[in-house]
Amino acid sequence: MYRYDEIDDTLVRERVEEFRGQVAARIKGDLTEDQFKPLRLMNGVYLQLHAYMLRVAIPYGVLSSDQLRMLAHVARTYDRGYGHFTTRQNIQYNWPRLVDIPEILDQLASVEMHAIQTSGNCIRNTTTDPFAGAAADEVSDPRPWCELIRQWSTLHPEFTYLPRKFKIAVTGAKADRAAIGVHDIGLRLVAGENGDIGFEVHAGGGQGRTPRVAVKLRDFVGQRDLLAYLTAILRVYNLAGRRDNMYKARIKILVESMGADAFTEAVEDEFARLKNGPLTIPVEEIERVAAHFLPPAADPRPVAKSADPAFLRWKAHNVKPHKVDGLRSVVVSLKPTGKTPGDASAGQMDALADLADRYGLSEIRVTKEQNLVLPHVAAADLADLHAVLAGLELATPNAGLASDIVSCPGLDYCNLANARSIPLAQAISKRLAETGLDEPAGELTIKISGCINACGHHHVANIGLLGVDKKGEEVYQLTVGGVADGQSAVGKILGPGFTADSAVEAVLTVVRVFTERRTGAETFIETLGRIGADPFKEAVYAD
Amino acid sequence: MKAITANRLEDGRVVYRKAEGGWTQHFEDAARYSDDALDSALEAALAEEGVVVGPYAIDVEGAALSGAKLRRESIRLFGPTAGSTREAAKQGADHVQI
Repeated sequence: MYRYDEIDDTLVRERVEEFRGQVAARIKGDLTEDQFKPLRLMNGVYLQLHAYMLRVAIPYGVLSSDQLRMLAHVARTYDRGYGHFTTRQNIQYNWPRLVDIPEILDQLASVEMHAIQTSGNCIRNTTTDPFAGAAADEVSDPRPWCELIRQWSTLHPEFTYLPRKFKIAVTGAKADRAAIGVHDIGLRLVAGENGDIGFEVHAGGGQGRTPRVAVKLRDFVGQRDLLAYLTAILRVYNLAGRRDNMYKARIKILVESMGADAFTEAVEDEFARLKNGPLTIPVEEIERVAAHFLPPAADPRPVAKSADPAFLRWKAHNVKPHKVDGLRSVVVSLKPTGKTPGDASAGQMDALADLADRYGLSEIRVTKEQNLVLPHVAAADLADLHAVLAGLELATPNAGLASDIVSCPGLDYCNLANARSIPLAQAISKRLAETGLDEPAGELTIKISGCINACGHHHVANIGLLGVDKKGEEVYQLTVGGVADGQSAVGKILGPGFTADSAVEAVLTVVRVFTERRTGAETFIETLGRIGADPFKEAVYAD
Repeated sequence: MKAITANRLEDGRVVYRKAEGGWTQHFEDAARYSDDALDSALEAALAEEGVVVGPYAIDVEGAALSGAKLRRESIRLFGPTAGSTREAAKQGADHVQI
């Protein structure tokens, strides 16, 4: 893992003290709310329905066991015993008091964590494959590049007041587990013609009220040119992006209005000016950062065979191949039947930190599916690990299945939401368990958003639900066909909306039709492509 | 009728304007205003920026919330309808107050 140097540490500490003074000034009355709001947002502090919400950055979703213990401590001491892991690989606390937040940030700084740039119109936390550095299908490890982007983008003076927020995702594997197609910038590590590793660059993707799949700007950008190329994109956006209408201010709108060719040309012109200048990354710096992310050692211990059906089912769904002999990656599901997607109690976090120390080289990852991952576990330890996880309600064998539901906090917490998300996720999870459809359906994504901002990523779900408010009633639009991994696609609305209860049954009906109509090992998208939406529509609207 | 609600500055908790001025977490103690009286009450509430954030009027009917934002305001008043905080409350966790 990357460790802070003196510059990182000083920057974060100074930021805490600066915010401590700003909070004191607000409480004392020296700052108005209008003056204070942009300051608190830049430190990850929102005001939600019931309380302040603090969003803490987890850089590219990577946590040490000590950091996870600190997150547990914050949940236990300053919140209500829980943290909520988000679709952007961060964690949110729903109940902190404003007056406590400087102290929370001070304690987070002691383990090299902060909340800087988790809100506001700036470059947000870069996200990546939760199996980075471990995935068997990896071309190159994306974490050093995420770290370089983090250092470049943190408090970047030119890009602190962009037209709108800006999100970058990086994948280093053939399978895109970072959803690069629906990010403002998506980077894919690829091998160039001479075998050198570089970046395929995409831009202009995003979800929200205007979902768009990113366009490819370049097949290959060399490693040392990465920051110059990113700067070129950001500079074109910063100068030409709209600031008169926040709903048309994201880069996807600019790319669409300029046209992909004209946008690419503008970026290339700017890049030509920047290339070979001060933004060229020194080889020594690439090597210095990369040295923090060395691969783990192989584990040659023999693996005992197990006949325990619970273990075997968990292994089939939650254990992933690893690039190093004798190791595996383990998905720790935060989706027990009927519970809140992405929530972990302080006790679970503490226990998982201990398990990471014992079995996982003290490292944990957060996924955009709102689960946690132990990236480096010896195959010989899997059975022991499973036994302990099961006792913590952390061994639900559903990673990637329909019951691995993604959900935003929705109207139960969020000030922007129009409808609730969590109760639907819980009800669908219970119904999948009751009907026994989860296992037969295989890998299938269900995602729920409580408003058009799409924090629940419903646009890119195989089956998506969007909650809207219609004259005081919660109504849910059902979409099918969305994909985030691989060839990104936005789901299409199936038909008229549903009440909450009927939305749950509609989702179950779509899953049931899929299991009845699929051929062989078809995925949901393949079946949908073959038979079209009509069979699903007919079944869902049969009554 | 209307009531006035806001979030308390120090901790963000939901509060309601009292008839004698000041704020309460108890909806039953909230003042009710006619349309005629609302403007001046809201103006006074907005002036208390050192105590609360973002005061606004909500619909009430008798002793209960009402109007187009009923669900949202009910969730603000009674707490989340689902989720871990709710589950903790059901189990009687002493640090949870909804």
